[in-house]
Amino acid sequence: MRALVEKTPLGRINWEATWIGRVNKARTSPINQRRWRNFRANSRGYWAMWVFGVLFFVSLFAEFIANDKPLLVTFEGGIYFPVFVAYPETDFGGDFATEADYRDPFVQELIEEKGGTIIWPLIPYSYDTINLDLPVPAPAPPSAENWLGTDDQGRDVVARVIYGFRISVLFGLILTFFASIVGVAVGAVQGYFGGWTDLIGQRLIEIWSSVPSLYLIIIIAAVIEPTFWILLGILLLFQWVSLVGVVRAEFLRGRNLEYVRAARALGLRNIAIIFKHVLPNAMVATLTFLPFILNSSITALTALDFLGFGLPPGSPSLGELLAQGKNNLQAPWLGFTGFIVIAAMLSLLVFVGEAVRDAFDPRKTLQ
Amino acid sequence: MSGADQKLVEVRDLSVVFTQDGNETLAVDKISFDLAEGETLALVGESGSGKSVSALSLMQLLAYPAASHPSGSILYRGKEVIGADERTLMGIRGNEISMIFQEPMTSLNPLHTIERQVGEVLAVHRGLRAEAARARVLELLNKVGLQNAESRLGAYPHELSGGQRQRVMIAMALANEPRLLIADEPTTALDVTVQAQILKLLKSLSREMGMSMLLITHDLGIVRKMADRVCVMNKGKIVEQGETTSLFESPQHDYTQHLLNSEPKGKPLTARPDAPEVMSTDNLKVWFPIKKGVLKRTVDHVKAVDGISLKVRRGHTVGVVGESGSGKTTLGLGLLRLIESDGPIVFMGQHIEDDGWSDLRSRRADMQIVFQDPFGSLSPRLSVAQIVEEGLLVHGTDLNYDARRQRVAEALEEVGLDPATMDRYPHEFSGGQRQRIAIARAMALKPDFVVLDEPTSALDMSVQAQIVDLLRDLQQRHDLAYLFISHDLKVVRALADEVIVMRNGKVVEQGSSDQIFDDPRTDYTKALMAAAFDLETAPEGVVSS
Repeated sequence: MRALVEKTPLGRINWEATWIGRVNKARTSPINQRRWRNFRANSRGYWAMWVFGVLFFVSLFAEFIANDKPLLVTFEGGIYFPVFVAYPETDFGGDFATEADYRDPFVQELIEEKGGTIIWPLIPYSYDTINLDLPVPAPAPPSAENWLGTDDQGRDVVARVIYGFRISVLFGLILTFFASIVGVAVGAVQGYFGGWTDLIGQRLIEIWSSVPSLYLIIIIAAVIEPTFWILLGILLLFQWVSLVGVVRAEFLRGRNLEYVRAARALGLRNIAIIFKHVLPNAMVATLTFLPFILNSSITALTALDFLGFGLPPGSPSLGELLAQGKNNLQAPWLGFTGFIVIAAMLSLLVFVGEAVRDAFDPRKTLQ
Repeated sequence: MSGADQKLVEVRDLSVVFTQDGNETLAVDKISFDLAEGETLALVGESGSGKSVSALSLMQLLAYPAASHPSGSILYRGKEVIGADERTLMGIRGNEISMIFQEPMTSLNPLHTIERQVGEVLAVHRGLRAEAARARVLELLNKVGLQNAESRLGAYPHELSGGQRQRVMIAMALANEPRLLIADEPTTALDVTVQAQILKLLKSLSREMGMSMLLITHDLGIVRKMADRVCVMNKGKIVEQGETTSLFESPQHDYTQHLLNSEPKGKPLTARPDAPEVMSTDNLKVWFPIKKGVLKRTVDHVKAVDGISLKVRRGHTVGVVGESGSGKTTLGLGLLRLIESDGPIVFMGQHIEDDGWSDLRSRRADMQIVFQDPFGSLSPRLSVAQIVEEGLLVHGTDLNYDARRQRVAEALEEVGLDPATMDRYPHEFSGGQRQRIAIARAMALKPDFVVLDEPTSALDMSVQAQIVDLLRDLQQRHDLAYLFISHDLKVVRALADEVIVMRNGKVVEQGSSDQIFDDPRTDYTKALMAAAFDLETAPEGVVSS
């Protein structure tokens, strides 16, 4: 960021030398513009990116869409935001000092008696809200109250899908991010130094990737209670391997390029050469792989959840929804919902991945 | 060469346009030429002048529909080629018109034997199989002068030398006795001695078979030697055409005169006799081990550099010449300690052969290298200023941003570039300008010793001369010591005042430039001179084939 504040002799900021200038240069550079055109030319991938982006963005605000707390309560001239703040029941004239349960008809009556109003989210259930007024034993079929029915504990499926989608994608993104960092680093070291480093690294990776990871995770999960972050760590142990191959290949090629040799002759340190000269080339291969790694990360979590070794019980999870579908074949809405949501999510990501691959394909230019 | 109906090929008003992403580039602009039976016509021009594109359009081998012909016609024996159906074209390609390319390694399939590759052409166009094909393949290989052709039938391309591969390519092109052979820079990738052999072969073949030849080259020496008539191309246009002798004697067009005058000229600077030594080595060896067996024991060595001694003084240039594979580049890299070597290396009075990487780092500012390929040696993702200042960031850590940009500007000015262009990216510059940037990167550190590794061989002739002048000018101004590595003897003669002739890692001849060029002692050096300056071949056994 140093370049941002450095000035030319005339005292004007030299925009072309700053990060802003470089980003602009990258944006307007012919090769990136060609990539963007290629990306848009794959209209399926382009639209998949938008659909997925909107869905993900909306799901980030799941608390405002599906919640068992009202968005807003007016009561005796005051305005309350139960989504953000936990108000005790006594604030509304109740008996207990614990947080008000707004789904309780008694609390609702208290508020409405004094002329207050309650504004509910679109879906008045959170992922762990149990609908106690089901007309039939859980799992209840879809109705006007529970659009996709409830699961076998009486929880609203729509709410669980929204929260489950969010947690799946977030988990996938975080896992992909860390797996890429580790994978690129290992691939870079192996490819750049070559020789024995590369040989030993490759053999270790071969051994490591032949470990049956799913069983190992199941064993670990049986010993320690998995949380979001522990699961992330365990899956990371195996996920990083997928990028090593491509990055290593790019570095093996890149280290013999003449400008890399020129940098050596200038006396640059290896670390500087790696970051400045070779890594940018390897990033193209990495970016092309990212959507597919994201996909496999999400699938890994779903598989664990399905088997019951994933996120802690009660967490909203798509894998757990599938498991419920399998256990309750008399309630087909569970299995169908889980299948459709997961299939749609993974398909969208594959479409985006295909478009990214097209965008970086140098042979696509003549079309 | 009588009436127009006798011509083999007639090209009239041919234009070629390339369309990419809506942008149209006019590569060839309304050129007209013709070619009679048995005639050799040369298309001469610098890179980007459209000569290869013109030749490829004769066989309709461009990437259509990205390429198109907005105007013109190409008549092959009176028949229109543009817009002809695929069957007609297939009959012409390979059968009537054949082509040989610049790089014989990439033009041959590495997974097929020589016999199979040549035999394939015979099978496709003649339907020859098995014994008949084998006999014909052998005949062709003997015709193109491949030694021990019979035992080489089963060889793969990588087992042959560059010259031998080019001979195989020619055999494939001749397999169907074409009427016209298009040779696209057939010798550019070859050593001078091999170049002379291949040219001689092409000439005798064309005479023997009564074959016409369209020769595409940037080398005027080859044109003078080979062609009956010449077309000079510049920026997609033919600016002048005529008989070779008359064109060389009295060029009419400015551009032709410019081309003819663009050979590297001038005399090397002579160092003061008392100039201090900058770099010296004695009996330097770079051996690469050959490892065999399960335990990887070293059974033998590839002796890339085998006992070279040299001294480079201030303001003094030592030229290293030799064919490819002679160890010239390895010598340069070894002296700079960029690869492991064995033997004393004394730089500025201090022994550096045992220095570690971090000790060397501080010395790197004083010894620099300029590489051959101006496209490969500049990172495409960095701006010119970032490329040139890279060394300053390592060595001149006390310089702030303004001071660095100042130094970059000075370095660019010194190599004849406008400092205002320093925030542009390398792809916006031509080959010659890019080589200037690479030189500026080395000069920004104000070195004492510079290894120039074929700095001119990837450039057009007229640009070569400019770079040579620039290098000499920089040497004079900063009293630099150069180690100049090249296979191009014309350039070496213009720059070096001491010459080392290398072959297989050893010195063949070493001495002052005047002595080597005017009075070469060894047969090998004589052969090298004859091939470089007169394109003459040497008696058998003196040089490789």
